[in-house]
Amino acid sequence: MKVRRKSKITMPSRYVLLILTGICVVVLFISFTLNLSGGPLNTVAGYVFVPMQKGINYVGTWISDKSENLKSMRAVLKENEELKAQVNQLTSDLNTIKLKQYELDNLRELWELDQKYPSYEKVGARVISRSGNNWFSTFLIDKGTNDGITVDMNVIAGSGLVGIVVDVGPNFAKVRSIIDDTSNVSGATLTTSDYCIVNGNLQTMNERQVIEFSGLKKGENAIETGEQIVTSNISDRYLPGILIGYIQDIQENANNLTCSGTITPAVDFEHLDEVLVILQKKQAEEE
Amino acid sequence: MRRKITLFFIIFICFLLQTTVFQALSFAGISPNLLIVVTAAFGFMRGRKEGMWIGFFCGLLLDIFYGSMVGFNALVYMYTGYINGFFRKRFFPDDIKLPMILITASDLSCNLVVYLFLFLMRGKFQIAYYFKRIILPELVYTILVTVFLYFVILKINQKLEQIEKRSAGKFV
Repeated sequence: MKVRRKSKITMPSRYVLLILTGICVVVLFISFTLNLSGGPLNTVAGYVFVPMQKGINYVGTWISDKSENLKSMRAVLKENEELKAQVNQLTSDLNTIKLKQYELDNLRELWELDQKYPSYEKVGARVISRSGNNWFSTFLIDKGTNDGITVDMNVIAGSGLVGIVVDVGPNFAKVRSIIDDTSNVSGATLTTSDYCIVNGNLQTMNERQVIEFSGLKKGENAIETGEQIVTSNISDRYLPGILIGYIQDIQENANNLTCSGTITPAVDFEHLDEVLVILQKKQAEEE
Repeated sequence: MRRKITLFFIIFICFLLQTTVFQALSFAGISPNLLIVVTAAFGFMRGRKEGMWIGFFCGLLLDIFYGSMVGFNALVYMYTGYINGFFRKRFFPDDIKLPMILITASDLSCNLVVYLFLFLMRGKFQIAYYFKRIILPELVYTILVTVFLYFVILKINQKLEQIEKRSAGKFV
């Protein structure tokens, strides 16, 4: 009885489809124009799904750790000996470098130069899942607003730029990597500070593990392959001086004014496990 | 109610698998699309309405966590589920051909829509490349996974229908 009464009230599915379509289009329009996303949905979904993703990730790393433990003991011992020798070597190297650093610091003070790479406050985070389709390169990390992460913070791994936080929930943050097809970063060459635009490209990334750059001024400065590209100081969202990658090849454009080419990213995006989020934002710096 | 909870868990598990385990098991950077299998399967097994709702929620999940705009995937998946619902009358559990064809068509059309709106609109015209390098590998991988996943979904659905029939019978 109950079942039958219920089925009388139900709307035909095509009306429901129309209503849902309308809702989707409105939400699409809103999130496109106002750059909003999720909101309360982020919070709910974050608490339901993220703990599970963390769990699976944890189990995965646990298994790979255990399998690595099975390496034979002898190899480890041998490696230990080699490493000890290396430690000695490195310690002596370090001492020399410390001396040089001391000298450098003094000179910098003398010249009243700002340090080129200020040490930003960072927080470590773990990559817990990758984007659900094969078109885009976004991923989730296991820190969110609870750990002080907000939108537009820069994400690095090792020494290179990984991407930028585009959305946050209470316990997760969505990061768009610089190899994503829709990503654009304002970059500059390290030695000559010529500006260029670095944009992610699915095609070149798939084929040759490189991303594109364009609009590099062609001038008396000869830029060669292997040149480092860092984030530029004119970018409004990326902090200056973070390494993006190295120029792989470079061509002159048809307009005879600019150059473009490809960059090998400094970060290995295939095996990204842990990243660092810089807690300082470019915009806050300017205020 | 029992059905809703079961469905929630199916979507939940497939979403988790797709974003974690299968990302690690990806071949040449390509991972399968489980949610489209779930959407399409429930579309032709249960009809337009259920396919539509399942598609909507699958898409919404992807939008919240990975989309650049909320609503796009929800829209695409919702229509996929709805259109698959038209084939309910032609669907027989013993026949594997129709489900495979429908799931193939769903995955293909979904990816083509994504390409059309999110890549072609930004001036990326090399459709042959994207088809060869992204759409086709994903399709093959998805079909491979479907062979297993589809039977799991089919069995769960049959079990649910049995239980529903039994409890409905009690009232008559």
